[in-house]
Amino acid sequence: MSTDQALSAAVLRSDRFRLEREADWIRLEDIVSKMEKGKNRRLSDEDVLALPTLYRTLLSSLSIARENSLDAGLIDYLEGLSLRSYFLVYGTQSSFGRWFAGFFGGGWSRAVRAIQLDIWIALSVMIAGAVIGYILVAGDSDWFYALVPGGFSEVRVPGASEEALRGTLFGTEDSDGLGVFAAFLFSNNAQVAILAFALGFAFAIPSILLLIHNMALLGAMLWVFAQRGLTVDFVGWLSIHGTTELFAILLAGAAGIHVGRSIAFPGARSHLKAASDAGKRAALVMAGVIIMLVCAGLLEGFARQLIDNSAGRFGVGGGMLLLWLVYFIGFGRERQRPGA
Amino acid sequence: MSSSRAVDPWIRRSADPKLDRIMVTPEGVPLNVTIASAGARAGALLLDLVFIQIISTVIALLCQTLAFFFMAGGADFLDMDGPLGFVGIFYFIANFLLLNGYFIYFELGHRSATWGKRLVGIRVASRDGSRLTAEAIIARNIVRSVELFLPLTFLGSAGAGGTSVDLTTWAGFLWVLMFLLFPLFNKDRLRGGDVIAGTWVIQNVKKNLGDIVAPSAARISADGSPAAARYHFSDAELSVYGEYELQTLENVLRSDQEEALEKVATSIRQKIGWEPGSGDERAFLEAYYTALRARLERSMKFGKRRKDKFAPHE
Repeated sequence: MSTDQALSAAVLRSDRFRLEREADWIRLEDIVSKMEKGKNRRLSDEDVLALPTLYRTLLSSLSIARENSLDAGLIDYLEGLSLRSYFLVYGTQSSFGRWFAGFFGGGWSRAVRAIQLDIWIALSVMIAGAVIGYILVAGDSDWFYALVPGGFSEVRVPGASEEALRGTLFGTEDSDGLGVFAAFLFSNNAQVAILAFALGFAFAIPSILLLIHNMALLGAMLWVFAQRGLTVDFVGWLSIHGTTELFAILLAGAAGIHVGRSIAFPGARSHLKAASDAGKRAALVMAGVIIMLVCAGLLEGFARQLIDNSAGRFGVGGGMLLLWLVYFIGFGRERQRPGA
Repeated sequence: MSSSRAVDPWIRRSADPKLDRIMVTPEGVPLNVTIASAGARAGALLLDLVFIQIISTVIALLCQTLAFFFMAGGADFLDMDGPLGFVGIFYFIANFLLLNGYFIYFELGHRSATWGKRLVGIRVASRDGSRLTAEAIIARNIVRSVELFLPLTFLGSAGAGGTSVDLTTWAGFLWVLMFLLFPLFNKDRLRGGDVIAGTWVIQNVKKNLGDIVAPSAARISADGSPAAARYHFSDAELSVYGEYELQTLENVLRSDQEEALEKVATSIRQKIGWEPGSGDERAFLEAYYTALRARLERSMKFGKRRKDKFAPHE
């Protein structure tokens, strides 16, 4: 029986409604099935262009069927197909390349600027942490062993000689395996940064504690070197990668604080809405943090070992800091946020 | 939103009605979705962990094989700038990408689901019906490190510590357990990452378009009139049932099992007071179905719906 014959013979109006439209539904189902299986290339241009139209037609068919048909099987089918094609029409459509371009072209710097307040909070927390570490160890050098995990450094301890300390900063380390070292440092630091962000979920308190602890360690180390008059050289040694790495950890902590703050004080929005708005913004910052940590790992693994004087290290470290600041403050300002 | 017509309360859509939700598309059409149960989520996660473990084993084996060949080729084991160094770099980066990128990569795809989720039949979606963005996917998976890998680390350290596990370790463990069990404490089964990303995980649906329920009603029989015309049902005979019974009848007709057809035909005949057994049960049921549906759909046009046989007549 052809469609026309079936149509004229159908007793029920709702069956006629179905027979008139089912060719479109079946075509849409075919397109959707192929796209779900990742066989986009097998689709003709016509089919790809027809998808949004077919989808909207299907939605109107569904609305009509809900009001006019008691064929439960048909409504089930339309519901399921609508949901599947909805996900394709409103899916994660932007390709990775396009997303990446938008990310560097201003998405990242805008997200960083959007969490400015949290960056200031994180910065003051980090400075406070370093000062606390310094003061604690200055008051009682036993604090050093409490702050710095054992095995972290056998040479860099309170009371070490100037020669020994200078040796850790310059030259003596052989340059073997720098690449492996860099890769290891990167994955290690990235996990810490991810943790600092993810812990923000618990009202940001763990993020703040993590920042304080890490910076107290740094403050304690600074005191050890300051005792032997190596402050400038230590800062130089640290700055070549530290400006990038500490900046990245600062941003990760700020992202965590941003999320935690939005959950604790959502303002006029609902808690869930506030959390998801903040989370998406912070996720952009975090994607950038990972990239910064790759840079930091490379600088730490290669540049620090290869540039063996403080002036050169300050130059590279300062240059990197300038680069990040210019990008975050100046980039992507003129363009409006794309419609969310 | 929740008072939409999309959900007819007497139609049971899923095994657990508590998990049924409505999501409004940007076109304003409410769609029925079903939240993935906690069990499905856990199952998908376990499958994913198995897949990650397998991939990580493959990476380790690959690195070992490469290292073996380089050493056989005369590379110095301690010379980290040589080819062995690259194997080392590859190993660290590959593992980092695997742990952090696996979920993000697959959830960014068309099906918004990892291999584990695909096997279980669930997917990630945006809670408010808007487009699922890359930021949301990144956000929901970054939080995973706290929810999953941190508790696992705690378990590992607690196991290694043996009897020396102190109170702080246990306090910490309980605290991270809170994240792991978070989905059990809210009705949408959101985990921490879902809260932050504005996403939820729902069940996939895949229904096939069935045939017309009662095709024989339209078929022309030997004497030239439609088969349905053989049976005439009076208003009284059609008014004994509502939509619920119509759907039950539809299911019976779709499944097309001799025994069920007979049983239902008998009980309908009894109910409307017809003589039992004329032989062609299917033809009778299709005719009754068509007549009943025509009647109910007609009154539906006037906004009158009858839930089931217990509902009063208007």
